[in-house]
Amino acid sequence: MAMNEQQGAAQGRPGGAFGDRFSMQTKRLLWVWGFLALPILFYAVIRFYPTAQAFYLSFTNWDLLRPAKLVGFANYIKLFKDPQFWKVFKNTFTYLIVGTPISLTLAFAIAYFLDRVRFMHNFIRALYFLPFLTTAAAMAWVWRWFYQPPPIGVINDILGMVGIPQQPFIRSTDQALFSVMVTSIWAGLGFQIIIFMAGLRAIPSTFYEAARIDGLGEFAILHKITLPLLKPTTVFLVVFSSIGFLRIFDQVYNMTTNDPGGPLGSTKPLVLMIYQTAFNTYAMGYAAAQTVVLFTILLIVSLLQLFILREKK
Amino acid sequence: MRKATLFAGLVAGFSTFAFNAAQAVEIEYWQYVYETRVKAMDQLIAEFQKANPDITVKQVTFPYADYQTRVIAANMSGKGPDVMQLFYGWLDKFTTGGILQPLPKDTFPHDKIESEFFPIVSAMKRGDDYYGLPTAVRSLALFYNKKLFTEAGLDPNNPPKTLDEFVAAAQKIAKHDASGNITVEGSTLDMGGQDHQWWREVLIRQFGGAPYTDGDSKVAYDSAAGLKALNFYTSLQLEKKIGQAGFMDEGQAAFRGGKAGMTIDGTFRLGSFKTIKDFEWGVTELPANAEGVRSNYASYFANGISAKTTGPKLEAAKKFLTYISSPEAMDIWLKTVGELPARRSAALTEANLKDPIYGPFLKGLDYAHTTMFKDEAAQRQNAIDMVNRILLEKQPVEASLKQAAEAEQEIIDAAKP
Repeated sequence: MAMNEQQGAAQGRPGGAFGDRFSMQTKRLLWVWGFLALPILFYAVIRFYPTAQAFYLSFTNWDLLRPAKLVGFANYIKLFKDPQFWKVFKNTFTYLIVGTPISLTLAFAIAYFLDRVRFMHNFIRALYFLPFLTTAAAMAWVWRWFYQPPPIGVINDILGMVGIPQQPFIRSTDQALFSVMVTSIWAGLGFQIIIFMAGLRAIPSTFYEAARIDGLGEFAILHKITLPLLKPTTVFLVVFSSIGFLRIFDQVYNMTTNDPGGPLGSTKPLVLMIYQTAFNTYAMGYAAAQTVVLFTILLIVSLLQLFILREKK
Repeated sequence: MRKATLFAGLVAGFSTFAFNAAQAVEIEYWQYVYETRVKAMDQLIAEFQKANPDITVKQVTFPYADYQTRVIAANMSGKGPDVMQLFYGWLDKFTTGGILQPLPKDTFPHDKIESEFFPIVSAMKRGDDYYGLPTAVRSLALFYNKKLFTEAGLDPNNPPKTLDEFVAAAQKIAKHDASGNITVEGSTLDMGGQDHQWWREVLIRQFGGAPYTDGDSKVAYDSAAGLKALNFYTSLQLEKKIGQAGFMDEGQAAFRGGKAGMTIDGTFRLGSFKTIKDFEWGVTELPANAEGVRSNYASYFANGISAKTTGPKLEAAKKFLTYISSPEAMDIWLKTVGELPARRSAALTEANLKDPIYGPFLKGLDYAHTTMFKDEAAQRQNAIDMVNRILLEKQPVEASLKQAAEAEQEIIDAAKP
């Protein structure tokens, strides 16, 4: 025991055998890489290996039961010919293209005005943040009941009191997707508001003071100072929220459990289709091909957004 | 003193060890988690071990959503159960995957199976072999709310016997508000619940057709009978306005909430409905058609033996399967879980038939059909979509039926091994 300790001390001391061989620079690098090795190894095993495996599986007909056989591009050809895939593709992009701008505009507007409110500021902020802390499944179920026809659907009850005819919401092929989207926007709003507010606070107040002295109006200040300086925050939120909408699953699944992604597939996003192909039909190869397509979409959308919103110098 | 006890214990331990070494076998039994099922199985295992002290049965359970995947994944890694529970509709998948072995004919002779069990056991047969035996079976019946019956001026002790009576009663019970929204359903309409089974195996047959042919591998409902059946079903909402799909989210929720006069559901709903406090309910057979033709849909979970089980474990598994499909086990299962015994002798006892709740379900078993699903989830979804196209998108009934028949044939063909 004592021997060990002595040895340990001797090795750890600067100028020991270990230290003599390497320069300070190399030693630091070794330390850094020593620490980094663990997460890298973790990522390689947990992330990269399965990703590579998914690419491989997408070229097979694996069904969990029999050994996988290579089938070339058959899964991809089947996918592009599948009308359901194109419907799901359209749904996914509707979530993205309609959901992201609405949620960001809303979040910014709320953050912008909340930033100026002093009265019960923290309380209001907490209220907005609360949905973000709630389990998506629980939230989806509550909204599912909100959307019911009378007598139990709260929203329809209110509409009825105002004299507006009742709406089918999640029981309609036209309204269902947007009904689900609303809950999803509502759920993510708190997080986006907090990030926007942090971004707003980070803008030095001297800029505003200078602008006001120069006689700039509120709109001009917003347009010329606030928005440009908020750009890094916006880029982050656009990417983050887009990925969120492209991967939407919990809300849809929980709000439509008795007809997942329904009615008539009108709310089904790509992730739900992958889930059903993999775990209801056990067509793992086909599901892997869908996953690869989703991966590619996510990659392209993220790169495109980073490119469009990049810093122009 | 202490040494002596220790010594005695050691001797005793060694002797039992030596005695059992030759025969002691542990087998693993898998089923999904459902409180009463697990409890019933614990009790069955205890009884079984009492009678067979050399065999230990270890029960392993998984959540239902995971269960099938677990069995398949375990089979791949070579570590599965020896005896497992499976839904009859999974059998095709399990046999093509080589998960199950045919039941040995010496222990489970075919003539005995066929004469003693209800005919729906044939769904466990592929080629010349049976791959599993059920302990309990489930069938459908019409649940009705006695309070709503009385309020509508109907006799709560005389529930509808025919489809016409069913519609008439439902129309009396249904209530609408001033703007035409339904507030109380005469009967629930929920294709995602049991209605797709009712349409497929009951209504189509009552209108003179058959849902499938060729061992349920050819869709046959794109016919005059299928059309009449679908017309009847969708007219319940569109013309007769006795109910509305999606009312209170699910049919069973509407019935539980006292907002539906009738609902078609299975034995598995009994546990949930037994906790209803606000009103009395009754059960009756599914309505017959005008000519008195009745039908029903029955389903079950069976128990099968893993293909990987051999030697002494196989002997133990055979004994265990024999026990859990014995009349005694079925009685325990009925009392604990509330599911009907799969053997005629255990099911059709006078006491059971007279039981106001089990009686109608048991009568249904005698004329029940079991759909041989090839891809249960997809086929169910197809039926839901067929009705939704009519109710939500106003597609003509005939076109929707035709589209559904073609789509389902594709699903069936794609699922062929």
